[in-house]
Amino acid sequence: MTEIENVVVIDGLRVPFEPGQTILEAALAAGVWIPHLCHHPDFAPHGSCKVCTVVVNGRNGSACTMRALPGQEVASATPEIQERRRTLLQMLFVEGNHFCPGCEKSGNCTLQALAYDAEMLTPRFDHFYPNRRLDGSHPDVLLDLDRCILCELCVRASRDVDGKSVFAVAGRGGDCRIVVNSPTGRLGDTDLAIEDAAAHVCPVGAILPKRVGFSVPIGARVFDAGPISEVSPHLARTEDGR
Amino acid sequence: MSAPAPLPAPAPRRRLRVATASLAGCFGCHMSFLDMDERLVGLIDLIVLDRSPLTDIKHPGPCDIALVEGGVCNAENVHVLRELRRAAKVVIALGACAVNGGLPAMRNHRGLEDILRKVYEERPDGGAGIPDDPELPLLTDKVHPLHEVVRVDYFLPGCPPSADAIHKFLTDLAEGRTPRLADALLHFD
Repeated sequence: MTEIENVVVIDGLRVPFEPGQTILEAALAAGVWIPHLCHHPDFAPHGSCKVCTVVVNGRNGSACTMRALPGQEVASATPEIQERRRTLLQMLFVEGNHFCPGCEKSGNCTLQALAYDAEMLTPRFDHFYPNRRLDGSHPDVLLDLDRCILCELCVRASRDVDGKSVFAVAGRGGDCRIVVNSPTGRLGDTDLAIEDAAAHVCPVGAILPKRVGFSVPIGARVFDAGPISEVSPHLARTEDGR
Repeated sequence: MSAPAPLPAPAPRRRLRVATASLAGCFGCHMSFLDMDERLVGLIDLIVLDRSPLTDIKHPGPCDIALVEGGVCNAENVHVLRELRRAAKVVIALGACAVNGGLPAMRNHRGLEDILRKVYEERPDGGAGIPDDPELPLLTDKVHPLHEVVRVDYFLPGCPPSADAIHKFLTDLAEGRTPRLADALLHFD
């Protein structure tokens, strides 16, 4: 009997995978870029942002949660799918208060970098301009929910890595928001420490370590070096470092 | 067989008529426009300025392009923007404030009355009270990007967009190409 190869085909490229890997994990390990936002290799897949949505054998699915299986034909970089991703990013921008010129995360921000990569020139939709909480009560960490995109990376990091469950999501629909697990609801009254993974995992600058904002100047930050599709820290590198 | 007649010389390209305006912005985008420096000399072969703070013409005539910096924060901004939309074939939102409200829109999640009281009354010296001169344009409840008020044809983000980005955008348009910013020219900050 012929053995079935552990290979998926992504945009015509043959990508090998290890049994148990998701499509996104296999792609990134092979150096094939699929845009993603709520995925992080250190945490359990979540599938909330849908930026990594691909078409697998004609059906839509999140590449970060779908297991790679032999015989899968995956479409990712088609104009139609890229347009959908751009629309998702535009919705994320108008649902929060994302003012890049006033944000110290600029240049290190995954949402911003993905928008550049998608050639997003405008948020296109009417802005929500939501009224969200700013919590400066913690001595070392700032919580500015203006920028939260509900990716739940902080929830997963605090629960699964730090073992503290400092963050959780409450509410539904438009009222959905990150809450803090303390009697007062303030970050300063939790046992979050600056060394915790949750203090550093936020992709957009809703959770920021204090007093380090401009230690790396604008122009020398992670995504100033090139498009996220080339410099993403999650992407496998070839031997010459590219 | 006689040689084909030579093609007629192409007609000289008509210069595009460009209006510019600054609404709720800081004039940084206009400064960035001037940062084109010596390239302005080449650009002036392609465009001619109509209404603009650079010409001090107050009202636009029929234009090809309106470059509009800043968001919409008061009744005068609405009036100027609508006037430009009527006058121009193509409206370009120039810079972060025009594209998404920018830093002025950071006032949107505080009430307007609260902001005015904080700025004019709650000061160590007691303040002089909220200005109520009838010549002052009425403030809008929120600061809005241009596309929430009029139809916008192109968006050029950045705070401000670099001189290189503005030059690329304008020359693309003047030479009949769809404007496109490569990765190095595309910035939101």
